[in-house]
Amino acid sequence: MAAFPPYTSIPERIWHYAFRVICGCIFFFLIFPLVVVVPLSFNAVPFFTFTQEMLTFDPAGYSLKWYEDFFTNVNWQGAVQNSVIIAVFATLLSTTLGTVAALGLSRPNLPFKTLLMSVLISPMIVPLIISAAGMFFFYSRIGLQGTHVGVILAHAALGTPFVVITVTATLVGFDNSLIRAATGLGASPTTTFFKVIVPLILPGVISGALFAFITSFDEVVVVLFVGSFKQRTIPWQMFSGIREHISPTILAVATILVLVSIALLVTVELLRRRGERLRGVQST
Amino acid sequence: MTDVTGTNGELVTADGRPLRASLARALRRQKLQALLLVAPLFLFILVSFVLPIADMLFRSVENSIVAKVLPETTTALRSWDPQGDALPGEEVYAALYRDMLIAAKNRTATRVGQRLNYESSGFSSLFRSSARKVKRIKAGPYKPAMIKAHKKWGKLETWQVIANYNARYTPGYFYAAVDARIDTDGGVTMQDEDKRIYVNLFLRTLGLSLTITLATLVLGFPAAYLLALLPTAKSNLLLILVLLPFWTSLLVRTTAWIALLQQQGVINEFLVFLSIVGTDDRPRLIHNQVGTVIAMTHILLPFMVLPLYSVMKTIPKSYVRAAISLGAHPWRAFWAVYFPSTVPGIGAGAILVFILAIGYYITPDLVGGTSGTFISNRIALHISSSLNWGLAAALGVILLGIVLALYLLYDKIVGIDNMKLG
Repeated sequence: MAAFPPYTSIPERIWHYAFRVICGCIFFFLIFPLVVVVPLSFNAVPFFTFTQEMLTFDPAGYSLKWYEDFFTNVNWQGAVQNSVIIAVFATLLSTTLGTVAALGLSRPNLPFKTLLMSVLISPMIVPLIISAAGMFFFYSRIGLQGTHVGVILAHAALGTPFVVITVTATLVGFDNSLIRAATGLGASPTTTFFKVIVPLILPGVISGALFAFITSFDEVVVVLFVGSFKQRTIPWQMFSGIREHISPTILAVATILVLVSIALLVTVELLRRRGERLRGVQST
Repeated sequence: MTDVTGTNGELVTADGRPLRASLARALRRQKLQALLLVAPLFLFILVSFVLPIADMLFRSVENSIVAKVLPETTTALRSWDPQGDALPGEEVYAALYRDMLIAAKNRTATRVGQRLNYESSGFSSLFRSSARKVKRIKAGPYKPAMIKAHKKWGKLETWQVIANYNARYTPGYFYAAVDARIDTDGGVTMQDEDKRIYVNLFLRTLGLSLTITLATLVLGFPAAYLLALLPTAKSNLLLILVLLPFWTSLLVRTTAWIALLQQQGVINEFLVFLSIVGTDDRPRLIHNQVGTVIAMTHILLPFMVLPLYSVMKTIPKSYVRAAISLGAHPWRAFWAVYFPSTVPGIGAGAILVFILAIGYYITPDLVGGTSGTFISNRIALHISSSLNWGLAAALGVILLGIVLALYLLYDKIVGIDNMKLG
């Protein structure tokens, strides 16, 4: 119960609660779809809906068979493997290139900065279907369509803007006199980079890498066009599963992915706080 | 002080160079270093991303297949007047005969047929059957022989289409993308009423995107306002409810909406359970525009809430309090003082959501049915099923143009550098 100042009028009090109820509905709308897939994934029958048994909490209405299917089915396990391989390599590539570029971008005397920045950010701006179409045309010309390398390159390109943005943001508060101090004390540029710069920008790099990872891990449009069945990732498999025959295995996978995203969200949030503390930024 | 002054009285460094030149050199080196750091990523993006987009631009106008497979015919046709009402002469038919012989051997005839079939139906079968029959023609005159092989070779219209579409580059795909076509006499006319789909599809895409943007604004504004109103500890907790969907896979959210919205889905079952609707007249919530709008509003809502919240957070609460203490009604204080300060956030969020919405493919594909699909679904269809890549590329270029225009607007309002994540 909110403590109102004594001069609050009745309409104001009513509005206070009405507003909170409205917001409650909006937040419910945001989170409900994610919550609802969890119980549905334990359904004993192959439907996307609550059965009578489930609503009366009859154990017979629940089962783990969709999880079992996910962990034993060759198609799904292949998809998990592909997803991890593609995401890991794409992340490594985009994080390395993105971090180095961010170091250059945050130098005060970089020429053509706006132009360079807009080209580097472009994969994030262009709608995925257009990137996918363009990559499909071009990669099939040079024989990369339907290969792991093609999908990894495509995903790395899509992930780099996130790395560039997060690392550049970390570098905004970077104190350049630290580099001069290290140089003045006799450290070589390489030592300075690894002993001074890297530890300070690491939180930004890791959260950029996580963004790049999740971009690749979640991405489906480009995989559909640049990849083929051999490169099927989890989202690819889910997409074709929903189109062909809907099985609650998809809901089991969805539940697992929700857990993965919770883990990622927590990690990014912790990193952000740690980064702010390290750089001495006042946390709000 | 002889060390620092050169012959002309200007400052020099220890090694005797003028200070100005030395400084310029150092600056140049720094610039070069910065450029070198950016170079690897720039080249990577150029090759893996910008070149493919350029390739798409190229494909949307490229049309070399006709001239490549029918080289002699297209050359011979140059002296023929497509506007006139006489068929081409014997030399064109002889050239066609020679081209078709080679095309039949290389199996390229069907590809030209397919290409020209996009412009006028019947070409696919014309080239397929002609490629088969042309081997049986032993000697000239070739004009009657070719017309005998397929009567379409005796029609003026056939030759007009070939004459109109034999250039290396053609605006034809772009005309097709806006429901127009190059007429047989070379002019541009609109497609027949029943064949016009793309303009409507673009309008539908823009209309639905606008609806979705408005829906996210209506839902996002109160949510962001509450987040900005609450103390940090509470708002951070609520923010998780916004960030969790943001971080969850797009397909998970789409799947969830399928489970919720389908005929036997959670919402319909609930409505039947409450006896709001009978079990036989469940509302259709999926595979139409309703499904697309609901699911995409949910998916894009975080992109509205986050920019709005970051703007609202910076508006001091004392402004509204000052307005009220000066005698404004709380409602008026809100609209006259608070709301105008949130406009940059509304602009940023709305353009971001709109840009994301008009390029959406996956969600409309899965929940949109036939009436709730976007232009992206048409592009995908032309790439994977109908194989009309030129048209797909032209549609893509138009969509890209719209997005870039909106993006420039976004840059004007918010600035690229202010883009924040998470």
